[in-house]
Amino acid sequence: MPEGTDLAERLRSGDLSAAPAVLNLVENQSPAARSETEELLAAVSPSALGREPAAHVVGVTGPPGVGKSSLLSRLVSQWRARGRSVAVLAVDPSSRRSGGSLLGDRARIEVDPADRDVYIRSTAVGERLGGLAPATRAAASALAAAFDVVVIETVGVGQSETEVADVADTVVVVVQPGSGDVLQFLKSGIMEIPDVLVVTKADLGRVAMRALADLRSALRSLGAREIPVLAVSSVGPPTGISELVDTLDAHRAAIDLPARRLRARRLHALADFTAEHGERGLRGLGGRRAAERWLEEQPPGLDVAALARALAARAATGS
Amino acid sequence: MADTPAPSRPETSSPRLPERDAPWMMRTYAGHSDARRSNELYRGNLAKGQTGLSVAFDLPTQTGYDPDHELARGEVGKVGVSIADLDDMRALLDGIPLDQMNTSMTINATAAWLLALYIVAAEEQGVAQDALQGTTQNDILKEYLSRGTYAFPPGPSMRLIADTIAYTVEHVPKWNPINICSYHLQEAGATPVQEIAYAMCNAIAVLDAVSRRVDRDLMGAVFGRISFFVNAGVRFVEEHAKLRAMSVLWDELGLERYGVEDERGRRFRYGVQVNSLGLTEAQPENNAYRIALEALAVTLGRSARARAIQLPAWNEALGLPRPWDQQWSLRLQQVLAYETDLLEYPDIFEGSKVMDGLVAELLEGAREEMQRVQELGGAVEAVAYMKAALVESHRERINKIESGELVVVGVNRYTETAPSPLTADAEGGILVVDPEVEAERRAAVAHWRSTRDQATVDDALANLARAAHDDSENIMTATIAAARAGATTGEWSQTLRSEFGGYRAPTGVGEATSVPSGDLTELRDEVERVSESLGRRLKILVGKPGLDGHSNGAEQIAVRARDVGMDVVYQGIRLTPSEIATSAAQEGVHVVGLSILSGSHAQLIPSVIEALGEAGVGDVPVIVGGIIPDGDAAQLREAGVAAVYTPKDFDLNRIMHEIVELVAERQRVQAGVRA
Repeated sequence: MPEGTDLAERLRSGDLSAAPAVLNLVENQSPAARSETEELLAAVSPSALGREPAAHVVGVTGPPGVGKSSLLSRLVSQWRARGRSVAVLAVDPSSRRSGGSLLGDRARIEVDPADRDVYIRSTAVGERLGGLAPATRAAASALAAAFDVVVIETVGVGQSETEVADVADTVVVVVQPGSGDVLQFLKSGIMEIPDVLVVTKADLGRVAMRALADLRSALRSLGAREIPVLAVSSVGPPTGISELVDTLDAHRAAIDLPARRLRARRLHALADFTAEHGERGLRGLGGRRAAERWLEEQPPGLDVAALARALAARAATGS
Repeated sequence: MADTPAPSRPETSSPRLPERDAPWMMRTYAGHSDARRSNELYRGNLAKGQTGLSVAFDLPTQTGYDPDHELARGEVGKVGVSIADLDDMRALLDGIPLDQMNTSMTINATAAWLLALYIVAAEEQGVAQDALQGTTQNDILKEYLSRGTYAFPPGPSMRLIADTIAYTVEHVPKWNPINICSYHLQEAGATPVQEIAYAMCNAIAVLDAVSRRVDRDLMGAVFGRISFFVNAGVRFVEEHAKLRAMSVLWDELGLERYGVEDERGRRFRYGVQVNSLGLTEAQPENNAYRIALEALAVTLGRSARARAIQLPAWNEALGLPRPWDQQWSLRLQQVLAYETDLLEYPDIFEGSKVMDGLVAELLEGAREEMQRVQELGGAVEAVAYMKAALVESHRERINKIESGELVVVGVNRYTETAPSPLTADAEGGILVVDPEVEAERRAAVAHWRSTRDQATVDDALANLARAAHDDSENIMTATIAAARAGATTGEWSQTLRSEFGGYRAPTGVGEATSVPSGDLTELRDEVERVSESLGRRLKILVGKPGLDGHSNGAEQIAVRARDVGMDVVYQGIRLTPSEIATSAAQEGVHVVGLSILSGSHAQLIPSVIEALGEAGVGDVPVIVGGIIPDGDAAQLREAGVAAVYTPKDFDLNRIMHEIVELVAERQRVQAGVRA
């Protein structure tokens, strides 16, 4: 088993070829691997680096079949054209019956296999419904130390974008023209308002423009008129992709990055704690809300493992 | 037996036709290596009494790559003839009178291009295009669903089909511009109901696309030129009913949806290749009987009899058939047509309650399924739905073979056999393509490019690009001009790829339900134990290197691996060795499974193993499945392949078990029950 600190060193020096070994490690649930993962994450944490990892962590989510993979193919080539390295962490739903999964979508993200600056890894979400795979948070924070862009792709509406928002600097929700789900979910508050909305299949013309207008009007009524809504087309000659990358960059430049990343680390620790101790553990902390409030009071320099340990200690003492 | 009715009283009028029917057109699906060798084969077949030609193209030609393209490696001249330019087409048809010949070309994504080459080659023989007879398969929708040799996205593909139809109806009026293929749907696992319904829905999609591009008053002629290419399995009574049901639906469709008044214009015309899916590698001689029974399915009843028949060879599950094997199949057609009394009678099922009942049952199911596809927006929109349904049906079929519910003689019952003298020769009773062919073809296309007038070609391709860009133009005119100017298959396709974009069809596996029959508990426990020892879930990459699009086998392996609890990276078809190796490394898989049915394993598998080494994952074990002769299997093992599976390994669970053991052994963890 590779040592976490060695992998961290490779990542810190910008060695992108460390990515497969990093993922193999963070996905490994054996006690030895978990302690190496802790070492790895500690060594790429802001307190070790002296700054936030430089990557732009982008969450891309949306219902199945809206064209996320085609969009990602275009986005990746646009980022590559701008000289940025890209890691894509694709989270796939698993079969709950057998625990197995078909990770079919990676093939639909078309990239040049000889390009060493693109990394794609698909991970099954595991036993849970929707949301993120347990290892994805760790993978994202580790890879953020080496790659310019780290994309987390999830499938679904309602649950997945909430969890992605815990991890990503920028959350993009992808919808296709003519499907009302996202619109309804937005209006009813089932879905949180994303940072950027993208309507695919702009080549459909009027239907796409109509979808754009509907989303904008829904956002206005929710008092979120500043949220960008873009139309893109990934088939034939692509359109809107360069504008989308500009929009993502603008969002990243406007947010308070350290605050967002700090929140991400605290929620990562809470997720790890919950995975380990379950709902009973959460009750020991007075519930999720109370735990989140308590985390907000902790020193910002603590890494994920330290925060998770602090949560465990607090739950054990029952205070 | 008391209530069995007595045979009806003999009629006084003769039950015979006044005149014996003319037999159907007899063909053999043939072609390999280069144009010269295939031409020799065709002339030999015609001399044996074959009455039409059926051209098999190699995968690079079918998917639009020249023989010297990276993706063509190992595939040139393998499953058919390699045709890259006009000179090849001339050589292919040399000495064959095209004003009399009826030529069927199994070509789809590049159909417009091959038809253009055919038209120009005929013109040079002094035969005008309006005298040409034949068929281009040209059915792209089924390529997404099963065969996998598509090149362009659905929208532009439908336009190419519509353009060839519009062009031929006007200029090549005796040509069948499209063969709607239900054949490959059955190969992909379709039940009779699915086969009927999806073929009809595909036909509707094509006709609707054409109706947007031709004058309304031409639609009758268009409808009359649409023919079908069907399959027939060994359940030959039901299969015959299927064809009668298709005739009924086609007639209805013509009248009701397209307003075709002329009854003759609504006749269901079809050619047939009988079932290959059911041909077995074990005791392959039994296939000769299967083929004979399947031939009955498409000939027994006069009112739904095939217009053209080609029969597979008894040894297709072993590899490429030799000329003698194909002759044997042709002789079967000749015995059926000339020795038996089959062609002396009117429809022998007329008035049969059993046949009418079967037809009614199939019609009901098919109408329901057609309705479902139309509700999803038609065949183009419903590709993913249909694909998933086919994967599901195929999975059920395999489960039934595994459980013994579906009897396959020689495979899951009556497996004892004496050694077969038919497969005893050095090559194992199949045709082996000369490995020099690929190098010859690379040199030939390079020579062609160096001797033609480049400026003329550039102009023709620029013009083709303009035509492709302008949706109101018919692309055939520019295509014929490019053929005449000396463009190559790869150049024509690349020009269109740049305009239309590439495409990757849905794999259909993600949606397949996970309720296999049989007990998987033990296997799941095994996977669970090994995964726990590994620290993460056992992960397998299932890949299809090369151009071979027959993905059914790979899909069944992928679905079963998921069902026993593995994480499966399945990337669909047409991958280069470096793409497979890159994914294997990035995805951190424990084992790589490769599937190849085109016979190019000897070249491609070692390339993948080499690429895995270069990607730093040379220690990941590789297993291979496909139509692989024993001699080749030994060579592959020497090259580092851990296990080789062929069609006779039908027990998927045993394969799964061996995969788990392989990974456990390589990773030095315990696979069996823990001590």
